Amino acid sequence: MTLDKRMSAADIVGQLRSGMTLGIGGWGPRRKPMSLVREIMRSDLTDLTIVSYGGPDVGMLCAAGKVKKLVFAFVSLDAIPLEPWFRKAREAGQVEVLELDEGMFQWGLKAAAFGLPFLPTRVGLGTDLIELGNLKTVQSPYDDGETLVAMPALKLDAALIHVNRCDHRGNIQALGPDSYYDEWFAKAADQCFASCEELVPAMEDAYPDDTKANIVERCFITGVTEAKGGAHPTSMPPLYGPDMKAFKAYAGAAKDPGDWAQVADQFVGADEAAYVASVGGEEAVMNVPLAIY
Amino acid sequence: MATLAELCIAAVAEAFRTDREIVGTGIGPVPRLGVGLAKMTHSPGLMMTDGEAYLVEQPVPLGPRGYDDRKRAGHLPFSRFFDSAVWSGRRHAMVTPTQVDRFGQTNLSALGGTHDQPKVQMLGARGFPGNGIYHPNSMFIPFHSTRVFVEGEVDRISSPGYNPARRIAGGNYSGLELKRIITNLCVMDFGGPDNSVRVVTLHPGVGFDEVQQNTGFELINAVEGETALPSEEQLSIIAQLDPHGIRNKVLKDNPPAIRADEGEAA
Repeated sequence: MTLDKRMSAADIVGQLRSGMTLGIGGWGPRRKPMSLVREIMRSDLTDLTIVSYGGPDVGMLCAAGKVKKLVFAFVSLDAIPLEPWFRKAREAGQVEVLELDEGMFQWGLKAAAFGLPFLPTRVGLGTDLIELGNLKTVQSPYDDGETLVAMPALKLDAALIHVNRCDHRGNIQALGPDSYYDEWFAKAADQCFASCEELVPAMEDAYPDDTKANIVERCFITGVTEAKGGAHPTSMPPLYGPDMKAFKAYAGAAKDPGDWAQVADQFVGADEAAYVASVGGEEAVMNVPLAIY
Repeated sequence: MATLAELCIAAVAEAFRTDREIVGTGIGPVPRLGVGLAKMTHSPGLMMTDGEAYLVEQPVPLGPRGYDDRKRAGHLPFSRFFDSAVWSGRRHAMVTPTQVDRFGQTNLSALGGTHDQPKVQMLGARGFPGNGIYHPNSMFIPFHSTRVFVEGEVDRISSPGYNPARRIAGGNYSGLELKRIITNLCVMDFGGPDNSVRVVTLHPGVGFDEVQQNTGFELINAVEGETALPSEEQLSIIAQLDPHGIRNKVLKDNPPAIRADEGEAA
């Protein structure tokens, strides 16, 4: 076998099919594989089930009508708490949802990663999530006999994550203070594609001192592609923060003109080079200050 | 003189008083300042994050600051949050839901309409279902009204409460503990019969009837007195934790802690 996982973003999206269940890593407006999301926006893919701790990835895929169903616990831009395009799509009844708790969500990814049909949890008891999500309960077979919610596996056809570094074999490094659940998206998926800020020839030569940032082993990585500034407008610490100016424009456009078709070009671009240029170039992205919470 | 927001912050700190080593999470300026105040005074066991991923022993001040000003003492990223803080029960969180009902059930998901097409889509359930079933929770409501404290049940139940009709046989609800609700009018708890909501202190100048009129369900009058004013020491710590005065924008018109007498010239 050849161990060269380098692909273009178009090749990666070419591996995806309409109707697939697609996991997107990151968390709200943080560490989102936005260059790959934009590539999906430029494609004909439709009818997707999106599984995401949602940020602008969810908002724009919903706005463009690419989402059949969303599996989510929240959709937010942090400083702009309610994602306006997601909100519009929901209030128009355009998107089916499975609403989960944040912890149940990662539990479902873990069930998928371990090849289990479900994992038990107390989370969901006493809330509307069980009935609305058609979730089932199980009874402990031991003496306690406890009734638990059976969180079904969130099996993914493919997952997309954005990391700091990759080599051609799929050795990745995710720097920054929090890798969220990217590891579990990768393991829950049949195929996981990673975009990265820097593609290096060999991780052992380039960054051997940072191997603790190898959040998931290369056997879980199907393809890699370089995308400098690929998380923009979301944050990618320690390199750059969330671009609030871009988020304000994006949120503002949901009110005026309120029609995605009219503004898609501004937030997606004809290709990634055009997009990065339109937001001031690579250097401008790298200079966006880190977020203070 | 202390402001009403500062009085609320001191009341939040009191709600977080603990001998345990648990994560204290206050979402929003008043809850967060209250947790910081508790940690820096009577409850040093409280653990706080910088809002991103690191545990800090010196609460990070609100608002603009240098990114690396925070002094990192530990690490509690979201990637470990459920294992370490939530599902272990080692946390007390204070949040501001959009709706609260007499059972303490809260809604952060959506208002009106149907599940397929809500009238108003909000954040989503976030971590509320897990928080509610696993660790103690409190609430801060900056505008006490019947729109928040609804008659009947909340539109969507994002976090569980003391509602017997919503219990599943054999379910373990032992982690469910609703502590206090702090509002711009009063402090309430769930200490009534069958965990019903009681008013325990009124902010200076507020009457029980005013609280009841602004609440969509019946309250128990268990008023012990006025909510305590913050001390000089507390005010000084609050000022240190909020150097930009973000607390002054939380309550409408930033009123003083003690209301001007009715009829007195403003």
